[in-house]
Amino acid sequence: MEATIATENTEEGTWIGGGKKPLEASYGKMMMWFFIVSDALTFSAFLGAYGLIRFKFIDSWPIADEVFTHIPFVHGHFPMYYVAFMTFILIFSSVTMVLAVDAGHQMKKGKVTIYMLLTIIGGLIFLGSQAWEWKNFIGGTYGSLLMKDGQVAQFVDASGHQIALETFVHKSPSEERVNHTGSNGLWFVKDAGAVATYTVNEVIESFKANPEISLRTEQINSETKHKTILSRKAANQFLANATSVVKGANLKVNEYGKTLFADFFFFITGFHGFHVLSGIIINLIIFFNVIVGTYEKRGTYEMVEKSGLYWHFVDLVWVFVFTFFYLV
Amino acid sequence: MTQEHEHESHAGLIWRVFIFLSIITAVEVFLGITKPDALYLSSFLGTSPLNWIFLILTLVKAYGIAWYFMHLKQEKAGLRRAIVWTSVFLICYLGTLLLIEGNFIGDVFSGRYTKWFYQ
Repeated sequence: MEATIATENTEEGTWIGGGKKPLEASYGKMMMWFFIVSDALTFSAFLGAYGLIRFKFIDSWPIADEVFTHIPFVHGHFPMYYVAFMTFILIFSSVTMVLAVDAGHQMKKGKVTIYMLLTIIGGLIFLGSQAWEWKNFIGGTYGSLLMKDGQVAQFVDASGHQIALETFVHKSPSEERVNHTGSNGLWFVKDAGAVATYTVNEVIESFKANPEISLRTEQINSETKHKTILSRKAANQFLANATSVVKGANLKVNEYGKTLFADFFFFITGFHGFHVLSGIIINLIIFFNVIVGTYEKRGTYEMVEKSGLYWHFVDLVWVFVFTFFYLV
Repeated sequence: MTQEHEHESHAGLIWRVFIFLSIITAVEVFLGITKPDALYLSSFLGTSPLNWIFLILTLVKAYGIAWYFMHLKQEKAGLRRAIVWTSVFLICYLGTLLLIEGNFIGDVFSGRYTKWFYQ
């Protein structure tokens, strides 16, 4: 009976979750592990669902190297570098966290404070980077054409590299329809069907006028692992089915290819980012508790260890998200 | 863990693990950017050798984080096994079924329902 009743109290009157410690893990630590295992299953379900959809569209899934190519302040094509930086930041903040736990074991309050602060800063840098990555993905790079059946066609130059619409499309003045702005009409009305920079016709006409430009479909050639580039004749037949011009990605359209890629990207990295955010908040609370000496008084820094477990778990999940979204 | 053990610092080990994880990440990024044809275009057990390398390196990284940062190494063997074996079994089970099913749907699609050219 004793094991089921929480009778044990410390001198200060705080409940320590029962005096018995099965497997030498305290109540709080055990519960943190319960949570981590269940959360790991949640994330694996998300990544598993991503895997299922990717296998379903194995012959046409967007190539991550062509999607995430930005680094701050520099123009050009830089796959992977920025996300590698993000991974590095998160691993480093994991290191400062584990150093804080280590300092806590030795009851060194000053060191715990500094390392906790560094961990929080690392988390904030990661979250900022994530926001920047989202901004680039939502804003888009090149722009493409959406077909009747949901396929996306992109434009490439003679060397097979993707080119942006604005490098070859000319606006024809006859097709001008401007976006509604607050200063030119009803200030409280938003333009529902915001006009794309170019119309489908302008893109098709400009394509026909530029023989050196080719059209690329989503289909992946299984031997070269590149997307298929169409011949001029096939491209013209293809373009007859275009319905709209797409720039950037959201939950409904994705200029880089399958919309589901965008959906999963927003959902999984968003869910992970939300974990990072809550990790930062938990770490902040612990950080202030360290400063005011709560754990010094309690005689143990185990709370730092518990929030540390959560923080490392967030890092662990990112290792897998990194692999499945950017590498594989 | 006894009291005496808890007082000694593991900082040296922590930095070594950090360097180890950084090197693995660097190798992953290097392979991800260069994508050597021999590894990327060939096929081994259903996918490219490059993908297998990424998967194995990821698991090694996960091991490093779980064992040394999350202190699983220092926990009782019973607790460690309850955590690791349970997760590994369930995740493999779920992953295997989902990927087999996705592969099947893909096969059905690519034969009959996907048209790449308009004629």
